[in-house]
Amino acid sequence: MATAPLLEANGIIKVLGSGAAEVRALKGINLDLVPGELTLMMGPSGSGKTTLLSILGCILSPTEGHLNIAGHSTEGLGPEGLADIRRQHIGFVFQAYNLVPTLTAIENVMLALDLRGASLADQPDLAYKALKAVGLGHRIHAAPSKMSGGEKQRVAIARALAGSPSVILADEPTAALDSENGKQVMALLSEVAKDKSRAVLVVTHDHRTLSYADRLVRIEDGRIVGRSRRRLKSGHTADEGFAGGSH
Amino acid sequence: MTMPAAAMKGQATGASEAHGVPKRRLPMVHKLAYKNLFHDRLSLLVTLVGIVFSVVAVSVQKGIFQGTKLLLNSVIDHAEAELWVVPLETKSFDDPYLLNGREKQAILSTPGVASANEMLVSFVNWRKPSGGLTVAAIVGLDDLPNGKLPWDIEEGSAKAIMAPNGVAVDAVYFEELGVKKLGDRAEINGFAVTVTAVTRGIRSFTTVPYVFTTIANARAMLDASPEQASFIRVKIADGADIEEVRKRLAFRMPQADVITQEQYRDRNINRWLFGTGAGVALIAGTALGIIVGIVIVAQTLYSSTKDHLNEFATLRALGASAGYINRVILIQAVLSAVLGYLMGMVLSLFLVWVFKTTESELPIVMTPGLAGFLFALTVGMCVLAAIGAIFKVIRIDPAAVFSR
Repeated sequence: MATAPLLEANGIIKVLGSGAAEVRALKGINLDLVPGELTLMMGPSGSGKTTLLSILGCILSPTEGHLNIAGHSTEGLGPEGLADIRRQHIGFVFQAYNLVPTLTAIENVMLALDLRGASLADQPDLAYKALKAVGLGHRIHAAPSKMSGGEKQRVAIARALAGSPSVILADEPTAALDSENGKQVMALLSEVAKDKSRAVLVVTHDHRTLSYADRLVRIEDGRIVGRSRRRLKSGHTADEGFAGGSH
Repeated sequence: MTMPAAAMKGQATGASEAHGVPKRRLPMVHKLAYKNLFHDRLSLLVTLVGIVFSVVAVSVQKGIFQGTKLLLNSVIDHAEAELWVVPLETKSFDDPYLLNGREKQAILSTPGVASANEMLVSFVNWRKPSGGLTVAAIVGLDDLPNGKLPWDIEEGSAKAIMAPNGVAVDAVYFEELGVKKLGDRAEINGFAVTVTAVTRGIRSFTTVPYVFTTIANARAMLDASPEQASFIRVKIADGADIEEVRKRLAFRMPQADVITQEQYRDRNINRWLFGTGAGVALIAGTALGIIVGIVIVAQTLYSSTKDHLNEFATLRALGASAGYINRVILIQAVLSAVLGYLMGMVLSLFLVWVFKTTESELPIVMTPGLAGFLFALTVGMCVLAAIGAIFKVIRIDPAAVFSR
């Protein structure tokens, strides 16, 4: 039996600018994210990845189309309504980590828990567990300025996971990392995606991340031009691991 | 690395305390505001300097205003009358004329009046023991030694003022009057007087020293008739309605003004603080202090918000409501207000202490009410200053977090 998607995007069109400067950044995107899967979205610069990610993340509203997050439609929602959806159902991992520099690792995670309404009494424990789970239990009091890129991204992942949102959206999570740290971060996201209550979408240029994905979506010029699922793994290279055609 | 997703769920177990993470008592929004505020110490210093300047400026101006009001009304307040009968359109205590001379009898025969005491006030020439001349304000009283005036007698006594040609002067005016101690002699309008009592702290707003004596002495020095007085202090009988008595007295004495203690205080204040422009200058100084404080705090809060714009965009992207983010800024503003207020008040109290202990001419007071007003003003000022920063943050585009 097919599992209900945690994110459903149908007919997403986004027009930016107006008049002579009008640009159709997205030209009718259909995309579902199902629980227990890590989906990679790849495409050249200017293909609309970031715009699509902003819409899927309820940061921007589509010009046309429908978006459902964990069963909640975003149609007609204003900025506060979208913020509500983000807060409750979406976790973000950013390319530049975007940690609050004046807070320690554990305080950054507690901030996310605070936003999501976790009780004051529970926040320290939940934050500690989240950091321990990403291998940073020994660095909870470190400030971001004292952390490596890999550590910062793991804190960001812990923050994204705090409060157990249904959808994790990662924007170029390995772009600022070296190879080793990049692998660690992708391995972590891959583990996260195995949770049957969660779907993960990673937007990336990095072909080294292919081996971690369950599904690959290619976007070009505002359209999805290819979708493929991973075959059984043994003996195949990362690229060969994906079968073509629709999902 | 262990499986993180399942590890996120489940109950809080208290493990964090074992790793030095204290229990949370306040939401993270407070911590974030606190950390933003103290992150840039130079900016915080500038903010605090602005608030301290504002608090001190306003407290000094208001303190002088309050002190001046107290000083202006010191004799009126200590006289403890309920009604005053004064010459028509008298503007202030220090601007006296003479009543007709038959008022006291009319007052005492009015129902509801318990007592009436005369007071004769006039500017006089004081010849110092050394021969020099200066101006003094004589205050002749008919209720010595049992009345409330003069007060704070440090040497001698009220009874001693009743000695022939006895006068009471304040120690702070010794130099001006050319006297040094109890028993020194001088002249008022050609009459020899002896200092038989010395007070401490009775100052006049006009800087002309008050000289207290019996009304008989004062009449003699001023060549006034035995019935003449400048003012009559009236006390109301128990159970009588003050306004009713006032109306009766006013009806009986159309050639005088019959006013309450409060009305006389207000006339005094209006004459000296607003009639001369001194009050307007103090109010302008107060307003300037407030404006400078708002401008400095607004500028530093706005600058701090701009410095942390990326964090606010991230918070927005994470789903923080506009109210949550505004709270961060407002808490920063209130924290700044509290810190700046405390520092400003310490400095203000120090200044008040300095002025008091050096017996400065400048009347500056600090009262709990004024301190409370200053606190509310400081918080209000900082919250108002935060509006610019809030407007900046409201317009944040959370999509800015997807930087390239």
